[in-house]
Amino acid sequence: MELSREEECALAGEYGEMMQTAYRILVATGEATDAENLVSIEWAHLSGVNYNTIGDAGEQLLAELSKSARVKVRTTLNPMGFDADSVSRYGLDENFVSKQISIKNSYQTMGVTPSFSCIPYEIFDMPEKGTQVAFAESNAAIHANSYDGLRTNKESSFSALASAITGKSPYSSLRKEDSPNITIRMKVDSPDELTYGMLGYFAGKVGDTSVNVSGLGSMDKRQCKAMCGGMGTSGTCAKFLFEEDSSCEKVDFDEREAQKIHDELNTADRGDIITLGSPQLGAEEISDLVAMLKGRSFKKRCMVFCPRTVKEQAAGDCAKLEGAGCEILADCCTCLTPLISSDKIDSVTTNSIKGAFYLKNSNGVGVNLKPLSQIIRDETD
Amino acid sequence: MAEGMVLKSDAPINFLGTVNKESGVIEDKSHELFGRSVRGMILAFPSGIGSSVGAYTIYSIKSNGSAPLAMVCKKADLTVATGCAFAGIPLIISEEEFASLETGRQVVLDTKAKDMIRRV
Repeated sequence: MELSREEECALAGEYGEMMQTAYRILVATGEATDAENLVSIEWAHLSGVNYNTIGDAGEQLLAELSKSARVKVRTTLNPMGFDADSVSRYGLDENFVSKQISIKNSYQTMGVTPSFSCIPYEIFDMPEKGTQVAFAESNAAIHANSYDGLRTNKESSFSALASAITGKSPYSSLRKEDSPNITIRMKVDSPDELTYGMLGYFAGKVGDTSVNVSGLGSMDKRQCKAMCGGMGTSGTCAKFLFEEDSSCEKVDFDEREAQKIHDELNTADRGDIITLGSPQLGAEEISDLVAMLKGRSFKKRCMVFCPRTVKEQAAGDCAKLEGAGCEILADCCTCLTPLISSDKIDSVTTNSIKGAFYLKNSNGVGVNLKPLSQIIRDETD
Repeated sequence: MAEGMVLKSDAPINFLGTVNKESGVIEDKSHELFGRSVRGMILAFPSGIGSSVGAYTIYSIKSNGSAPLAMVCKKADLTVATGCAFAGIPLIISEEEFASLETGRQVVLDTKAKDMIRRV
């Protein structure tokens, strides 16, 4: 990879150990993706915030980095483990709470905007089309590339952090061009968000860096987000293209493929509780949920995850949902939540394919998959 | 340079949620390496997939003494590439080298040598 003189100096350690480490990460990223040079990025979105995911090693690393690392470009970040407003009700141990606060403080010391959201594309103004960004959160990278006209590779926690500190990223892969290796023909009739989540999960398994999908009808926001979340979970792919005519090899996503994924991720007939939000719900989905409930209430606990800005802006709708038995949780997400523990809960009902994968593997609970419309039919009165 | 036994899978790995960050044991029941530990192995798999936070998982298993000696992948992904770079775990990306490996074989791996992987 060709570096400018200044970049060479940084890599040689002339601007300190921190910059040297950041450039080493960029070079490792560049070599892995055959980059020729580095390009400026305007926005970094970091993952690796929830103490449940990064553990003590991550917490200590960030505390050390925060002594000297400062972000150079606008930088936002992923959800953490809990909502400080309600954490006392969830019986988390003191160690978790203090380690999570340490992580939060480290990022803020580095100059990161404390957005604690996995849907930056829904709560921030979008830059101009074609802008280079570095998004680590997989569903956000896919959404940014596929629906928002931005350009990012499927960054890792470390590559996005290195980009935040240097303002640069290797110019390679999806930053340069789209080369879908396959076209998926959508063949499932009357799809709901669960179907689109499974389509995404399937796409991740067959796609390389980007994948073309044909035969999609119009989709609402919930369905688009479900598809991005699903693909981010199962693959290395970070972009959907939507061309009806393409010369790529073709594969069908039909009822049989959907059933295979359902069988892999659906492990329970019912859930002790319900979780909504992986990715987090935006204001539109919150108001939509109020409308779908038509005054009915949940018969069991229903956790609703959203960004803090949404909880504040949609305070009226959130109050209605609380009235219907929901627990509204800001700053955190279904994905690897410490608020659901297999000691107390055997199984969870959710409409999220992404959530299902991590609930099953990391939280060790059974998962009952249902689309939101059916959850409301079955679980409210 | 690293010498050790190969642990190979044809299934990609989502390090977050699949590999225990303390013990290095594969915890995803649907993964073909379920129950196996990556600790001290030459871990061969097609590529990392899924969560970007897997880079922290790789750093964690290294910090906790549970990391593989080295990794060999068929194709590059940024989670594994940066996780290994940051944790100081040798990583080889090569379809040929990946194809040449089988579980249980003892190999010497040297990313700087002409023959990066030698059987012993």
